[in-house]
Amino acid sequence: MHAEMLVLQFPREVVDQPIIYRLVKDFSLEFNLLRAAINPQQEGLIVMELRGHPQDFRRGLKYLRKAGVKVRQVAREVGRNEESCYQCGTCTAVCPTRALYIERPAMAVAFDAARCSACELCCQVCPAHAMEVRLNREAV
Amino acid sequence: MANYQVNKTYQEINEKIKKGQAVVVTAEEIIDIVRRKGEAEAARTVDVVTTGTFSPMCSSGAILNFGHTKPPIKASRVWLNNVPAYAGLAAVDVYLGATEPAGDDPLNKVYPGEFKYGGGHVIQDLVAGKAVHLVAEAYGTDCYPNKRVEKDVTLGQLPNAVLFNPRNCYQNYNCAVNLSNRTIYTYMGPLRPRAGNANFCTAGQLSPLFNDPYYRTIGIGTRIFLGGGVGYVCFPGTQHNPGKPRGENGIPLGPAGTLMVMGDLQKMSARYLVGVSLLGYGCSLTVGLGIPIPLLNEEIAHFCAVTDDQLLAPVVDYGHDYPEATGRILGHVTYTQLKSGKMDLDGQEVLTVPLSSLVRAREVAQLLKEWIQKGQFLLGEPVELLPGSDAIHCVPTASRDS
Repeated sequence: MHAEMLVLQFPREVVDQPIIYRLVKDFSLEFNLLRAAINPQQEGLIVMELRGHPQDFRRGLKYLRKAGVKVRQVAREVGRNEESCYQCGTCTAVCPTRALYIERPAMAVAFDAARCSACELCCQVCPAHAMEVRLNREAV
Repeated sequence: MANYQVNKTYQEINEKIKKGQAVVVTAEEIIDIVRRKGEAEAARTVDVVTTGTFSPMCSSGAILNFGHTKPPIKASRVWLNNVPAYAGLAAVDVYLGATEPAGDDPLNKVYPGEFKYGGGHVIQDLVAGKAVHLVAEAYGTDCYPNKRVEKDVTLGQLPNAVLFNPRNCYQNYNCAVNLSNRTIYTYMGPLRPRAGNANFCTAGQLSPLFNDPYYRTIGIGTRIFLGGGVGYVCFPGTQHNPGKPRGENGIPLGPAGTLMVMGDLQKMSARYLVGVSLLGYGCSLTVGLGIPIPLLNEEIAHFCAVTDDQLLAPVVDYGHDYPEATGRILGHVTYTQLKSGKMDLDGQEVLTVPLSSLVRAREVAQLLKEWIQKGQFLLGEPVELLPGSDAIHCVPTASRDS
């Protein structure tokens, strides 16, 4: 299951189209509206959480962009489950911003969230599945 | 017969442990003691050195007996949380291997596969006290008519559950790099192209078999810390190879000795047995393992004082040489360098990445030390030492004949 908070900007030409309906029907995605400002003949804006199978999610996003909707992925952050992390260091091989690094001589794996770009590479390689994508509702 | 200044027996040390008088230090703490006091004095004052390691060990698994059902079943195919277990044993005995992926795992069809759940995860879930869904199928016999059993089981409900790992605790291991031009996903973790990173996976100077390179004290019957509980060395591990080339200090220059270990799974903890997913490779189990080494004489104190700068790991190219099994080694690197964060490979500075947790290996050694100090854990004297223990090795130190 993949979930993201999205900001969708609908240009005037597509405001009258059933785009969210297609996301649900054709891509089996779930949505949860947080804010919506849609006026006929004007530009529309929707803030919503979208979730579903990662593959469906990608296809759904592609559909949105093709339909002319401007999609911004926001409020996505990577967090560490401190219970699951056993401090091996595998993630430090792939972290591009060095947000994950090893403190020496303790050899403890530190996570500096401020340096994290939320690229999610660590989520895939962490053997213990300790790195998780979270939604930061405050940032919306 | 070797002539030592210090001669202690397992019985003497165990008597001290029972009285709560044994002097126990970790394999990191002994280094300074030997440096300050010398080997003989260290052997006189310290009784036991505890070691530890915490690393994915793929050759691990559990023997489970799920109890006779009514009517009885002679299970021939068994799944636990949809992970197949080997059932070619008597009626309700199965062996669940750590690397077995769930039955419907897409494997590497979508490369690199994520291998989210497998045998190692089932073992961790059981140890954590979670209920696991068991499905058993059988062809049915006159004595075992039942053809299908489906039930949720917890570890506490199983009549027997034994962690049985055919090969753990490798004495030294490769440092993996990738000289090809694409990222590869191995059991040594993700390796970026053109030697983007160098991965290693032992605890170095804290690792059990680095502290007893000639298996002078570790053998069949050695009582150990295993997965948070008590276990035993029950045999040399598979691929145990004491004949690997060694440095002047007697330490193997590549993967050499291994241990076969077992212990009561019901007394273990999910903190020291962690199911893991190695991207593009498969599932595994990270095992916390610690071995106490009795300082019977000054030669053993000498070996326990080994430091990271004296330990060398072979650097191997997993992009070409490992999959082609060429046996080529690019060079050797010390554990001091590996733990420093960068190493030199033919003039190129390479990021070094640990796969085993030194933080938790230290926790294992510390916990084992406390168990022995409190008199809760006695040393097991091996009934037989491992192959390779009879090698004559002269420690280059004066006044000793070993």
